[in-house]
Amino acid sequence: MKTFTSNPFYKFIIFPVGQMLAFILGAGTLLSVIIILLAYIFRGSVTNLDLVERTITILPKVLIDGITIGFVYATIALGYTMVYGVLEFINFSHSEIFMVGGVVGVELLRYFDAQGSLATMNEYVVIGMAIVLGMVIAGGLAVTVERIAYKPLRGAPRLVPLISAIGMSFILQDAVRLILGLTTGEFNVILPQFGTFDEFQILTIPGIANAVQIQNKTILLIAVTVMMLVGLNFLVNGTKIGKAIRAVAQDRPTASLMGINVNLIISLTFLIGGALGGAAGVLFALKVTRLDPFVGFFPGLKAFTAAVLGGIGNLTGALLGGLVLGLLESFGASYLGIFTEGAFGAEYKDILAFAILIIILIFRPSGLLGQTVGQKA
Amino acid sequence: MAKKILEVNDIHSYYGHIHALKGISLYVEEGEIVSLIGSNGAGKSTTLRTISGLMHPRSGSINLGGTDITHMEPHIIVSNGVGHVPEGRGIFPKLSVRENLDMGAYTINDTPKNSERIEQVFTLFPRLKERVDQYGGTLSGGEQQMLAIGRSLMLNPRILMLDEPSMGLAPVLVELIFDIIKKLNKDGTTILLVEQNAQMALSIAHRGYVLQTGNIVLTDTADKLKKNEMVQKSYLGIE
Repeated sequence: MKTFTSNPFYKFIIFPVGQMLAFILGAGTLLSVIIILLAYIFRGSVTNLDLVERTITILPKVLIDGITIGFVYATIALGYTMVYGVLEFINFSHSEIFMVGGVVGVELLRYFDAQGSLATMNEYVVIGMAIVLGMVIAGGLAVTVERIAYKPLRGAPRLVPLISAIGMSFILQDAVRLILGLTTGEFNVILPQFGTFDEFQILTIPGIANAVQIQNKTILLIAVTVMMLVGLNFLVNGTKIGKAIRAVAQDRPTASLMGINVNLIISLTFLIGGALGGAAGVLFALKVTRLDPFVGFFPGLKAFTAAVLGGIGNLTGALLGGLVLGLLESFGASYLGIFTEGAFGAEYKDILAFAILIIILIFRPSGLLGQTVGQKA
Repeated sequence: MAKKILEVNDIHSYYGHIHALKGISLYVEEGEIVSLIGSNGAGKSTTLRTISGLMHPRSGSINLGGTDITHMEPHIIVSNGVGHVPEGRGIFPKLSVRENLDMGAYTINDTPKNSERIEQVFTLFPRLKERVDQYGGTLSGGEQQMLAIGRSLMLNPRILMLDEPSMGLAPVLVELIFDIIKKLNKDGTTILLVEQNAQMALSIAHRGYVLQTGNIVLTDTADKLKKNEMVQKSYLGIE
């Protein structure tokens, strides 16, 4: 058994992917069972439709939506949790790094569109280019922000860099607003029409009344985030650099006594977190198709919540927290309206999701997977 | 006269406004064990922290075998050959014993040499070999001290600085650790030892410095220090 588990293929591919599947199946099944039970209990009280049948019919779609947004939250949450793991500091400007990634990606597509070459290009190549560019710019920006706004404050009391991060957040929002305003005349950037994703490919799951539709855009989003998460796991647990990151997270002065350049590792942490955030931004933009400079706030706040829910500082926790939060939100958005006959609509999804989160955190204040700073992901 | 490996010249270090080192000067020659003794807060650990670059002196200079390291960052000083086993051992609790040892050789990109060094460390501390896949945080105090010393040997340092290696250990383990230190020295490692246990420290050291509130008040060979009335009274418990 030991030889099998120490096999790198198992350790860096099968194990992390299996972990993701376990989280998805676990959280998805639990929520599905709860919602179906609730549907049975309340089936008499809703008059105009069969509650149980309606619940089950839309369930696959609800699950897919939840998992999709859950992966986006998880990818952003990793940026918060990695920086927290190394510096014990909440980088509140991370939501703006995410936004910048998205805006950069969309601007690249708009540029191709203006050139007239977008229609002739392969859509996956275009998306790949947008993701890479978003990652580079967002990662570079995160490192720059750290150098300018956080590094000089490293010895200061904890609240001071926090305020600096919030300030940086406003500065980035307005900087993007200014740049977009000057170059395009308006603050919204709208994803140009391209490719054939919206001619939805259909994935049919037999045995369910309506065929389940997944846009291949959604499959792409999940595939890219899963690849990034697997890559990050390998980087942190399978490389010398990752070992150094974990050492710095566990004991910074001693890490420097080992010959580790602590400042370089901190920059690298911001680079990785920022790049993940930027990629998430591009993927998010593909999904929502319309961005403005303030679009990072809610996803950022929710990803931060996901990081806390999973246990901040814990990489696996960020993944679990993101998926749980995404699913809760998706269930809330779809079922609140049905169960209350329209009295509470989808707009109350956040109240439901956060109410459940508060309850979880009351019973597990250190998050679902506890606070284990710098542990193996 | 043997070559001076480390030379500290009149350094002043501060924690905020607190003047912790008020002009410390000392030197260590190749092949020596030099011991710094003194009570809590005398500045022993601060001296080591200043040498290894974890804090920088406001004035004074530190010279390592001809190189001025006064204002270098700790990771550069390490790669110049200063091994520092910090107070409290500084084991990475969530890295395995092997990963902790790997960290000690972080600056050396020579895998065969590093594996060879790990084997040497295991010969010195067979207990670590039994625990190789365990998390550092699960080791006992004595094992952690062995790991901390073993980890700093991965670098084959020109000078090894040990901060309170006896702290929190049972007497039998203290003996063991000191035997190891003596053995390392016999094999050619130069050692700067900080100890509250002056008895043990002076029993293996060649020379010693006595620190009091950030000043060196006395320095001599270990044998003479052991016979000094003030040292006997204050640090050896002999009335």
